[in-house]
Amino acid sequence: MTTLTAPPKTAPPPARPRKSPGTAKWKRRIPLLPALIFTIAVTQLPFVATLVISTFQWNILKPGERHFVGLDNFTFVFTDERLRTAVLNTIVLTASVVLLSVVLGLGLAMLLDRRFAGRGLARTLLIAPFLVMPVAAALLFKHALYNPDYGLLNGTLNAIYRLFGADNGPTVDWISSYPMPAVVLSLVWQWTPFMMLILLAGLQAQPGDVLEAARMDGASAMATFRHITLPHLRQYIELGVLLGTIYIVQTFDAVYTITQGGPGSQTTNLPYEIYLTMFRKYEYGQAAAAGVVVVLGAIVIATFALRTIASLFREEASR
Amino acid sequence: MRARRMTHALITATAAGSLLVACSGAGAGGSSGGSKSINVLMVGNPQMEDIAKLTKSTFTKDTGIKVNFTVLPENELRDKVTQDIATQAGQYDVATIGAYEVPIWTKNGWLHELGSYADKDTGFDKADLLKPMVQSLSGSDGKLYALPFYGESSMLMYNKDVMAAKGVTVPEHPTWQQIADIAARVDGAEPGMKGICLRGLAGWGELGAPLTSVVNTFGGTWFTKDWKAQVNSPAFKKATNFYVNLVRQHGEAGAPQAGFTECLNALSQKKAAMWYDATSAAGSLEDPASSKIAGHVGYAYAPTVQTKSSGWLWAWAWAMPKTTKNADAASKFMLWASSKKYENLVGAKLGWSRVPAGKRASTYAIPQYQKAAGSFGDITLKSIEQADPANPGVQPRPTVGIQYVAIPEFQDLGTKVTQEISAAIAGKTSVDKALDDGQKLAGDVAKNYQK
Repeated sequence: MTTLTAPPKTAPPPARPRKSPGTAKWKRRIPLLPALIFTIAVTQLPFVATLVISTFQWNILKPGERHFVGLDNFTFVFTDERLRTAVLNTIVLTASVVLLSVVLGLGLAMLLDRRFAGRGLARTLLIAPFLVMPVAAALLFKHALYNPDYGLLNGTLNAIYRLFGADNGPTVDWISSYPMPAVVLSLVWQWTPFMMLILLAGLQAQPGDVLEAARMDGASAMATFRHITLPHLRQYIELGVLLGTIYIVQTFDAVYTITQGGPGSQTTNLPYEIYLTMFRKYEYGQAAAAGVVVVLGAIVIATFALRTIASLFREEASR
Repeated sequence: MRARRMTHALITATAAGSLLVACSGAGAGGSSGGSKSINVLMVGNPQMEDIAKLTKSTFTKDTGIKVNFTVLPENELRDKVTQDIATQAGQYDVATIGAYEVPIWTKNGWLHELGSYADKDTGFDKADLLKPMVQSLSGSDGKLYALPFYGESSMLMYNKDVMAAKGVTVPEHPTWQQIADIAARVDGAEPGMKGICLRGLAGWGELGAPLTSVVNTFGGTWFTKDWKAQVNSPAFKKATNFYVNLVRQHGEAGAPQAGFTECLNALSQKKAAMWYDATSAAGSLEDPASSKIAGHVGYAYAPTVQTKSSGWLWAWAWAMPKTTKNADAASKFMLWASSKKYENLVGAKLGWSRVPAGKRASTYAIPQYQKAAGSFGDITLKSIEQADPANPGVQPRPTVGIQYVAIPEFQDLGTKVTQEISAAIAGKTSVDKALDDGQKLAGDVAKNYQK
């Protein structure tokens, strides 16, 4: 960070730095301290506040009943059946969205990696879903696609039935019959472009000479993909999976808009459950405790993500 | 080294991000302004949008008091107003709240008493306010803590043409069994038309409202007078099974996602033949711009089983947080907004169907209003008058309230139980399982109150 700065010309007397090199270091740091303190205050104090709140029984609708309960809220978080369901739903939701969007993203990236007329336009169009606001995308899926009366899915079904002479196709209530797939599909639509971008970058960073050599050796396209491209893409896939996981764990808009966590609690994930605890139950202590647990989980995932990024950089540097 | 530094940065950022979310809303800054300016927070219903339009040219002009409106959708309003008042942030001088909040907040000492202001204002005519409104907006001390802006009950609305075509007569005072039979007969009367629309969307204020009014008339209750949970009692189960079966057999497509708005669309776009919901829906159903059945809507009283009437009761009302520093200016605004004078102003300027009705007996004596609300005004008024928030079922209740239980825990309890019932409507669980789970939750809540 500071290695770019040349040593100050007006050096202190030679005895002092030798005696305590730390002093000089701190002198250089002093102008930065206010910023550091500000950063700590802004970023860490809310966390400390949340930690404190998480040890209280605090329902804002019952003033005067707030009191310290130690780790009770955490016990609640780990034993509450609804929260356990929410954890499970979060895992199912995140894992399926990430896996599907990586696979689809890889396919699209392979296609876009080839040269063809209109590639720029195709790329722009494919990225578009990622740029749509999450709430808008969720509303689009809920109303334009899934609605049993005027949605596109049932409309298409009915049109096909009518082609074969039937009066009307079945009226499928997509959101109620397939709640989790309905949410997953809308998220996959949003996140596939993200995965595609990362994997496309990986594909384009592939050294051409290696591929050419493989072709000269008579390797089939499938074999080249399996033995050369896929190993090369490994780190890009890991990066996509980890970044995607960090974001998709926090999914709120799609759940809130499309299913409201239902039917029952079949699509209630952790962020939505915390929202309910905060704004329907007004139990700040429980919400804070659940929030702390989620942050800890996110930190674990984030640590893995950073390791991957770091190893990517190392590979780039060693090239 | 670098990786570790980045890890720290990311951890910090993650923690900060999540926690900023957790803490948002807590730091509402208080701005009091001059004594000639008040801050009003209100729900974004059409009647409130009208008053925001009319205030400057009339109220502000007459009194010199500037009114700053903040308008939010219902759920966000509830979150915001609850936190503003509970944390004593004091940002708002006036807020619209519902009949559910008044007894709870009054008990917490968050609201200013308003009856004395109303008594002092000779033109206000407090005696003209409908009794159930006054009752539901009063604290346990009998004092008035909020001034009603408009009120509603519930009723059955139906497509008259479809009934005529099928040779069905809907009684003025139907029973639920009659309605179920009619729903079966008119189901499919037109392509894609269902027999009835009933809310299936989870939420204490969505599915919870019509369902609880059905439970009341089937003889059920959430809690007995001495706080015993009754969610899986035979009457509650019978009512819920009836409701769920009716929706599953003859209800709207996509029922688990259908709330007030979806059902309004279903009836007005001829996707359903009947609808049981709020009386305030009539205004939209009779609007030719948005409704295909305007002028062809029939109205009947809320269907019953064991009780004489079963309409619910709701009011949007003006309340003044204790933290306000502009009590005088705020009270002037609230008295004006709930007055006969304001109703006449809306009628003259915007049209009589847009009058915020349902709170004053005198509204229904205005000839122009009678003409505009001819088909539904009478049923609305009588439904509100018949509603008995203190005693809506067949047994005594621990709290005042028809389609809700006026305790802080009910938002959460009602939401969770209706989530399960919504799942039963979707066919993902059984009513019995849903209510047995609900009984456990209700039992936990009841423990807070048993003595």
